[in-house]
Amino acid sequence: MSWMFLRDLLSGVNKYSTGIGRIWLAVVFIFRLLVYMVAAEHVWKDEQKEFECNIRQPGCENVCFDYYFPVSQVRLWALQLIMVSTPSLLVVLHVAYCEGREKRHRKKLYISPGTMDGGLWYTYLISLIVKTGFEIGFLVLFYKLYDGFSVPYLVKCDLKPCPNTVDCFISKPTEKTIFILFLVSTSCLCVILNFIELSFLVLKCLIKCCLQKYPKSLKSSVCECHHLRYIECGETGVPPLLQNHHSDSAISTPQRGETKLLCDTHKS
Amino acid sequence: MDWGTLHTFIGGVNKHSTSIGKVWITVIFIFRVMILVVAAQEVWGDEQEDFVCNTLQPGCKNVCYDHFFPVSHIRLWALQLIFVSTPALLVAMHVAYYRRETARKFRRGEKRNEFKDLEDIKKQKVRIEGSLWWTYTSSIFFRIIFEAAFMYVFYFLYNGYHLPWVLKCGIDPCPNLVDCFISRPTEKTVFTVFMISASVICMLLNVAELCYLLLKVCFRRSKRGQTQRNHPNHALKESKQNEMNELISDSGQNATTGFPS
Repeated sequence: MSWMFLRDLLSGVNKYSTGIGRIWLAVVFIFRLLVYMVAAEHVWKDEQKEFECNIRQPGCENVCFDYYFPVSQVRLWALQLIMVSTPSLLVVLHVAYCEGREKRHRKKLYISPGTMDGGLWYTYLISLIVKTGFEIGFLVLFYKLYDGFSVPYLVKCDLKPCPNTVDCFISKPTEKTIFILFLVSTSCLCVILNFIELSFLVLKCLIKCCLQKYPKSLKSSVCECHHLRYIECGETGVPPLLQNHHSDSAISTPQRGETKLLCDTHKS
Repeated sequence: MDWGTLHTFIGGVNKHSTSIGKVWITVIFIFRVMILVVAAQEVWGDEQEDFVCNTLQPGCKNVCYDHFFPVSHIRLWALQLIFVSTPALLVAMHVAYYRRETARKFRRGEKRNEFKDLEDIKKQKVRIEGSLWWTYTSSIFFRIIFEAAFMYVFYFLYNGYHLPWVLKCGIDPCPNLVDCFISRPTEKTVFTVFMISASVICMLLNVAELCYLLLKVCFRRSKRGQTQRNHPNHALKESKQNEMNELISDSGQNATTGFPS
């Protein structure tokens, strides 16, 4: 079990994502996972061995290291990557569930289990919200645990068994700060991408709903138009309203009887 | 997730690259990524352990190491390779988008005469024209910018590309100006110079590819301009010939029917 397992799982999500979702996946794979594995992990490799306090009292270094680094930054980074990637699996599970149902009932229940509408739309939306929540949660946790995103070169420690306030020196603080800032910026980029995707999905759904309502109102107005034409045809020749309405059923100038028939068929 | 995965991503772009682009991908993966993984990482493996300062003052070594090596060479190279490879993904995304649109049109029945089936669309090599030309050219441009930027950062951070064998450090808590010794400075200098030269070669390849693409477009436009200029004369000649043919056929008919011309 290694990061390859997560990579293979997430590759399957690619098929059911939107365009922005695919960009998000590329950012996570390349700028977060790859950078973590080839660079960041090695920076924190000797962090406890190279943590040095200006004292010979046994146990003082251990206690001070544990106080200032309750969870190592690199482990928190790994946890964040795992937690942020897993909500995408909800989508894969949903599609697998739909396909399983179709197999069990031995008939086509869905237009296509992978299309983004109905239940899958809600699952995708929930996964986006959960992902964004985890990202923001981990950023806040990082900030609270380490008092900001920079690593100092020196920390003062006076915990037992240290006899007084001792200076403790952290190894590679500048390099660690650079990588933590890199992690924060990629995290923020992913949050922005999630928000854009969320807005895009919601807007698309609203537009679809409006378009579905609009033809219904168009049909009823055509019916009224024909009704009006029936009345006008009875009084004069060609009714002026015909020129303005785009109806695929009424193109030519109907006679009085025909108009009534059209209106009746629309009503039914 | 490792360099192999990046190779798979970028390898997919290889099919749609120019010949110079293919050479560039080869240089990146053989002379830079491979060297980094199999050799350079071993050389820099014990860099902090074997960084020794002539003092017993706790913390002095840490502080001096951090001052002289704010970011390790290895990490900077890894970041450089990642940033330089990623613009190629723009091309991969564009090709994937183009193929998806073509497949959608094929399913609607629009491009049935151009492709036999959906597999044919996937196998087809996409030509670098139109919007793909712009994407490809922008990706090369960004590659050049990233290469130059990282080379400058290297030069700025380490005052050149040469590693000295001793450094003088007087930062607190060091009690005075102490001598600090870097491990394997000559070997590190050799690898640094090698990686910088590979970087320069990649930059030159990118510049050459950019020039090639620009020249290709100019040449294509001038050819199109020439054919447009020739075409009106050709059309005029054809219409005159048609008129002559009609006159001849009319006079021929009149001769047979006996109608006076």
